[in-house]
Amino acid sequence: MAAFLLRRLVNYTALVVLAASLAYLLAAAALKPRANFEDRAPRPPEAVVEAQLTRLNLNDRTPLADRYRTWAGGVLHGDFGRTWQGEPVTAELWRRLGVSLRLLLAGAVLGSAFGILLGAYAAIARGRAADRLITVGSSLLLAVPVFVLAVLLQIVAGKANDATGLRVFEWVGESTPGASDGPFGPLGGLGDRFRHLLLPTVTIALAQFALYSRYQRSMMLDVLQADFVRTARAKGLRRRAALLRHGLRTALIPMTTYFAYTFGLLLLGGVFTEKAFGRHGVGEWLVDSISRGDVNVVAAVNCLAACGVLLAGLVSDVLYGVLDPRVRTGAAV
Amino acid sequence: MTADVVTCATEHDSRGGPGQGPDEEFAWRSGTLLGRAIRTAARARCVARSRRAVAGLILLVLLFVLAFVGPLVSPWGWDDTDFAAFRQGPSVHHWMGTTQSGRDVFALTLRGMQKSLLIGLFVAVVSTGLAAAVGTAAGFAGGWLDRTLMWGVDLLLVLPSFLVIAVLAPQTAGTWPTLVPLLAAFLWMITARVVRAMTISLREREYVLAARFLGVRAPRVIVRHILPQLASLLVVDASVNVSVAILAESGLSALGLGVRPPDVSLGSLIADGQSGATAYPWPFGFAAGLLVLIVLAVNLLGDGLRDVLDPASGPRWTGGET
Amino acid sequence: MTVLEVTGLRVTYAPDVRAVRGVDFALGPGEVLGVVGESGSGKTALALAVMGLLPPDAQVAGSVRLRDEELLGRSDADLSRIRGKDLTMVFQDPLSALTPVYPVGDQIAETIQIHAGATRAAARARAVELLDLVGIPAAARRARAYPHEFSGGMRQRVMIAMAIANDPVAIVADEPTTALDMTIQAQVLEVLRVAKEATGAAIVLITHDLGVVAGFADRVMVMYAGRAVETGPVEEMYRRPRMPYTIGLMQSLPRIDGAVWTPAGGDPWRGGRMAPIESASPTASAAGSTGCSFRPRCPVAVLGCADGEPEPAVVGPSGHTAACVNTAATADPSDGLRPEEVVQDTALAVPLPEDPCNVEKPADPVPVRSYRNERPVVLYVDDLVRHHQLYRGRFFRRRAGTVHAVDGVGFDVRVGETLALVGESGCGKTTALMEILRLARPQRGRVAVLGQDTAELRSAGRKALRRDVQVVFQDPFTSLDPRMRVADILAEPLVTHGVPAFQIGGRVRELLELVGLEPGHAGRYPQGLSGGQRQRVGIARALALEPQLLLLDEPVAALDVSVQAGVMDLLEELRARIGLAYLFVSHDLAVVRRIAHRVAVMYLGRIVEIGAVDEVYDAPAHPYTRALLDAVPLPDPFLERRRLRTPLQGELPDPAAPPAGCRFRPRCPRYAGLTGDEGRLCDERDPEPQPIMTAMDRHVACHHPLAHPGADQ
Repeated sequence: MAAFLLRRLVNYTALVVLAASLAYLLAAAALKPRANFEDRAPRPPEAVVEAQLTRLNLNDRTPLADRYRTWAGGVLHGDFGRTWQGEPVTAELWRRLGVSLRLLLAGAVLGSAFGILLGAYAAIARGRAADRLITVGSSLLLAVPVFVLAVLLQIVAGKANDATGLRVFEWVGESTPGASDGPFGPLGGLGDRFRHLLLPTVTIALAQFALYSRYQRSMMLDVLQADFVRTARAKGLRRRAALLRHGLRTALIPMTTYFAYTFGLLLLGGVFTEKAFGRHGVGEWLVDSISRGDVNVVAAVNCLAACGVLLAGLVSDVLYGVLDPRVRTGAAV
Repeated sequence: MTADVVTCATEHDSRGGPGQGPDEEFAWRSGTLLGRAIRTAARARCVARSRRAVAGLILLVLLFVLAFVGPLVSPWGWDDTDFAAFRQGPSVHHWMGTTQSGRDVFALTLRGMQKSLLIGLFVAVVSTGLAAAVGTAAGFAGGWLDRTLMWGVDLLLVLPSFLVIAVLAPQTAGTWPTLVPLLAAFLWMITARVVRAMTISLREREYVLAARFLGVRAPRVIVRHILPQLASLLVVDASVNVSVAILAESGLSALGLGVRPPDVSLGSLIADGQSGATAYPWPFGFAAGLLVLIVLAVNLLGDGLRDVLDPASGPRWTGGET
Repeated sequence: MTVLEVTGLRVTYAPDVRAVRGVDFALGPGEVLGVVGESGSGKTALALAVMGLLPPDAQVAGSVRLRDEELLGRSDADLSRIRGKDLTMVFQDPLSALTPVYPVGDQIAETIQIHAGATRAAARARAVELLDLVGIPAAARRARAYPHEFSGGMRQRVMIAMAIANDPVAIVADEPTTALDMTIQAQVLEVLRVAKEATGAAIVLITHDLGVVAGFADRVMVMYAGRAVETGPVEEMYRRPRMPYTIGLMQSLPRIDGAVWTPAGGDPWRGGRMAPIESASPTASAAGSTGCSFRPRCPVAVLGCADGEPEPAVVGPSGHTAACVNTAATADPSDGLRPEEVVQDTALAVPLPEDPCNVEKPADPVPVRSYRNERPVVLYVDDLVRHHQLYRGRFFRRRAGTVHAVDGVGFDVRVGETLALVGESGCGKTTALMEILRLARPQRGRVAVLGQDTAELRSAGRKALRRDVQVVFQDPFTSLDPRMRVADILAEPLVTHGVPAFQIGGRVRELLELVGLEPGHAGRYPQGLSGGQRQRVGIARALALEPQLLLLDEPVAALDVSVQAGVMDLLEELRARIGLAYLFVSHDLAVVRRIAHRVAVMYLGRIVEIGAVDEVYDAPAHPYTRALLDAVPLPDPFLERRRLRTPLQGELPDPAAPPAGCRFRPRCPRYAGLTGDEGRLCDERDPEPQPIMTAMDRHVACHHPLAHPGADQ
């Protein structure tokens, strides 16, 4: 297993390097940061623009190969270059990564956990009202894009605020300035942060829930008819116990692969959620940088995303090995 | 995966498969054209058994009619501006109200819908076709061709596709048709893998072996024996790709990276409308509602098709537990 | 005393499929009831109904009583206390029936914990004891292994251990040995016997194999279309069956001793046969019509058969019952009935469906009895080798050795003869067949078809040669493209080889007629045909180009016994009429005895013995051949229970690492009795096939072949 993971890691590293390089080349070739400098009023002299672009390694008159070499040399030392305003990318990247993680984590965990549980439950209760409710709910949620879902939640929350006259729901930014100075001190600050986190978390959780519950339901339906569940009942386990102990445990195995697949969608949902709730995370940065033609930022975020996707792949491999003895003991399957 | 395009689950249960009914028997004897027509009708009957597929199909047809016939009857063009009406609610003059710059929401929304529907359709056809071609070629040939193609698939899967599209789209997407190849290029990989895996197992199927041992050449084996087996998978996959493409396009446009002003798409309408959505919900509400409706219709059709064509997988509503 | 009693059991699935339509039986402690039936006869539904494990959409009526307690209609919670404790089950497919993610020891321990309330440690210790009881070596260590790390036979032992864990009163075993090889089947049956003796439980043994029942059961119940059509003590049933269906089954059963089954009192039908054309599903068709469901196939049907389903009537001693109107026709003449009366009855019968296989067999164009070496060679194989690289791992495949699937095999097939390749799974018989079919240069050795060396063929020559070499596959359900009509399937070889379009229609009709199908079948899809009909289509496709050599990969293994007979008759007739040569791959020694002239027994990629079928079967020279023959049960309770045999121990070694010296040595019963010097030969030298002087073209690869009548040993 360990040897397998190691080889996998090497393979992944090669893919990340390739993907990051491709992303940089693509961004450097397609984006035009020069326009940003030239469009400033008053229009700066040609030589100044040229010098600044060259300093930031953004000059489209430098051959692409040279720019790539400079960029790659920096990345090897952990330096992703500078933004078009001259700030170092790396430091900002880490800061914004923190913002994004705080936003995504709770929603992702809650959404997938509820998705798996309710999906399995829907399969067991197939055809009954609970099943129909869960299935219709997840179908509806799948049809609603995150950027619509976020706005809908905001509208509902706004109405609730108006109706109660209290500002129960807050969703702009990470916290209200001065919340820690209130009567509850730092505790109040923490509470305020949770309050701000509520709507984005629900948004992400709902989107994740829709994906996971559908998939888990269909995996569980396959297992319902499995011979080994019948054996478990022949042993004297009741239907529910047999399904939970033998069925669900086995139906979780394909979910690990699904986890890697949906991770990309989670990141994507994160971009929209950040935009909708005004969080200054990585996703928002990426979108803004694409509009500004900020090559180094785009390349850095691409690199991060590729690492994330591959990390998810690695986690899913490990989970697979943990859940499925057929992989662990390396038999020919 | 032994579902037959002509066979549908319910029919299989009740009659023990097609080919036994007198009409089918007759169809086979009486020339290909009539035969094909009757078989198509039989297939349509199968699809009609799934209420979800029918509901999705009807909804989709209505949406198409609305998107393409609506502009003909609307008094306003999408690029007209009514300087007498800013931020108005629905009225006799403006059926869905106007935007803050005085444009007719009805005309704008339909313009966006047209784009969404066409992009969805084209992207699905292109990406599913690509997936079928690459998947069967890799799976059937094996060896170095397989390894090369699958390595390329891996690489494309690792490249964060949405980001790459986001970088490239603003450079190309002055007009929406350029979005089609861009979106299609990143939607085919997972299907291609599934198709490849199924091709590999089909390649060892005895009837495929029999054809090869008869001396039938590889391309003909693929077309005659392998692709028809994959047809149901590909149809369902195409329907999934339709909704993914529609969501991707509107998402890009919502971020300001897709279709650019003055042209509009459902995504850009939603983005423009969301800031004032609480006080003035019309532009946001109609665009978002229709977008959801389109995706819902496509998903319904897709799920329904899956039930009918491929009863062995996906969500099931009918049939007993065993 | 009765332990398990079933009366009037009926099972109906959701819309209107009546799977079981009235079954009664009663079992005493330690008694074994064999339930025999072909696919679709409702045996599995019966088993699940007894266990209370039917799907919720199934309706059950009647009564199932365990130790005088009614089980039907109880709640899941109530039944759970009985299932796994007093009433247990052994399932057919031990791979899918064990949960893949838990060690087998834990799965057995779970059964004990549920019912006995034992501690985890105690339950585990007991699980190890049970594994030891069912003959799993190193039980303590193997208890921690997962199901996928066991072979099929070992998994079935685990299932049996699980079934006897709580000293049950009754065990239901649903086809417990069907998925296993012959020698393993014999071992598992032995384990089941041990289990029965250890617990004293009554056993319901469900199977399609009359041979298994003959040796194991005390009473036999034959099922047809959901009904118990005949029940009785095992000896009585095999000697004097009264239901025409049972008689038909006995007649169509191929036997390794080559004997032809005749009931006491002689052949009741004077050569007549049960109609081999089976309906697609007897259950479904029976639901609609009235009368005896066997009537359409019955050779002694009379008008009265249409008057309703016959009730079981006592026809012999010890509760021998048969559900048949015309038992007079099948009565033992010595019991006083005149045969003439029977003839009269039959004359009234509904016209029989015409049996295409009952035509008078034409004389062989090539007399098989002529000297073998005078006839031309169709297929010549010498030192054929096929090694695969073995890969392991799910994501990252790494090489884990080389499987010597076929490792130096040589034989020839001559015009008009059938050579059977026989062996257990993994012996390389199918690989050898596929290697020949490729018509390409083998990894080593030589394949020549009709005198043409396949290594020297170019693409055009290969395609031309394909006309002469065709194949029939095992599974008629996967060997025909489900999307093509029969006519298109049969036309494909013709189109491929450039037969003009105007001739194709006529040729398709000819082919259908040749294999005993009707022209109307041309418009059907394969799923509209029964298994036997599909296999006939497969044969017709292989014959389309008028080949000279037909390679048959287990062509009857997937078919029911009564259908098997029809297909074998067809193959035999075609061979004689067209002068084909067959290479026939099979694991079924009884089928081989019936159809082949010569047989080659394979073990771990080698041919260990080759020769004329009768000679090899009557006096096997290789210990493996002997063991293989011993493992096949005879469908005759009297002979079966008196056979002296040495069951083969152990399992097939890893084909990636065959033992040094003689490959059969670790399992060889003869090796154990050899002196040191004799044994050393087996340890060190891989035996080459040696001719046996007393017989024509007979070879054995053994240093110490078994004594042979007439041989100088």
